[in-house]
Amino acid sequence: MECVFGLVGDGFAILAADTSAVHSILVHKSNEDKIMVLDSHKLVAASGEPGDRVQFTEFIQKNVALYQFRNGIPLTTAAAANFTRGELASALRKNPYAVNILMAGYDKETGPSLYYIDYIATMHKVDKGAFGYGSYFSLSMMDRHYHSGMTVEEAIDLVDKCIIEIRSRLVVAPPNFVIKIVDKDGAREYAWRESVKDAHVASA
Amino acid sequence: MSIFEYNGSALVAMVGKNCFAIASDRRLGVQLQTIATDFRRIYKMHDRLFIGLSGLATDAQTLYQRLVFRHKLYQLREERDMKPETFASLVSAILYEKRFGPYFCQPVIAGLGDEDKPFICTMDSIGAKELAKDFVVAGTASESLYGACEAMFKPDMEPEELFETVSQALLASVDRDCLSGWGGHVYVVTPTEVKERILKGRMD
Repeated sequence: MECVFGLVGDGFAILAADTSAVHSILVHKSNEDKIMVLDSHKLVAASGEPGDRVQFTEFIQKNVALYQFRNGIPLTTAAAANFTRGELASALRKNPYAVNILMAGYDKETGPSLYYIDYIATMHKVDKGAFGYGSYFSLSMMDRHYHSGMTVEEAIDLVDKCIIEIRSRLVVAPPNFVIKIVDKDGAREYAWRESVKDAHVASA
Repeated sequence: MSIFEYNGSALVAMVGKNCFAIASDRRLGVQLQTIATDFRRIYKMHDRLFIGLSGLATDAQTLYQRLVFRHKLYQLREERDMKPETFASLVSAILYEKRFGPYFCQPVIAGLGDEDKPFICTMDSIGAKELAKDFVVAGTASESLYGACEAMFKPDMEPEELFETVSQALLASVDRDCLSGWGGHVYVVTPTEVKERILKGRMD
């Protein structure tokens, strides 16, 4: 089951997502990157229907880029989150996207922020959020250990605690996770947490 | 589970002597899971008009955005704020437009009309207005709220006493409803000022 979670720290926001691409009982791949770099200072972690996930997040990414080209300045995280919610809301009663989104970003004026956007377009600005079956474990772990203004080390430690909890307590726990961070220096991949590496295939 | 009970909500508005109070709970949930404990359900349209939206959070957010748009347009054209009675008719019309594919929201409208006379009303999800002289309620805790308000209400309460009454009625009712709670937001509005207070109740 797809596990996506994130939290806001002191001057940064972190998103973690599992990396399994699953179809019924088959794991197609275990290094699927579900956290997209939306622009220089934004990350979007998406979970849900695989086709919708990729198509919708790419659609948002291209529209965010278009705004920047047309207007010469990037969208704020709040604006991008509201745009995403608007697209989900208009599609909701016609052709709904089955995608849950956690959008993390860093703005110079307002600092780091994290937006929880449901597949039915419920949007809320949060300090910590999670989707999927993993949320039952990661949210509780974060409720216990999270405090505002955490350092990167403390936050990664908390993310690791959540991953350990998911791995040990979720019946079909995904083996691998990717962690990405966004702060004043931009959005980038932070680390992978792999417990199963893809088997090496000899080249033809 | 009913779509109206997906996110959980509790709203109440009460009339006092030349003043009114409107209060809501603070929980945002997704069925059994709590997502946030600082969700705002009550919005200010202008200094003397507030609307609370219970029911499905995504529709509440969409409806609020549409109402802000209509009200701002009205302000530009008429060069004045909308009266509460007019606004209630507007909300009713917008809801009935979607008669066969409705917004899953129950609004509670409270405002000060001509000569500072308090006005409250609620409506169902397709815009059937219910005007009341004493109090109106909405949300998953509405049945408890009816009972608590009926027991505690007195006509012509001063703002301080009104605040106490509304707060006790809200907290008592949400404590009996698992889908709403986690504190309360209370606005007490008199012709001269708006006082916003946050209640701490049983945080579960």
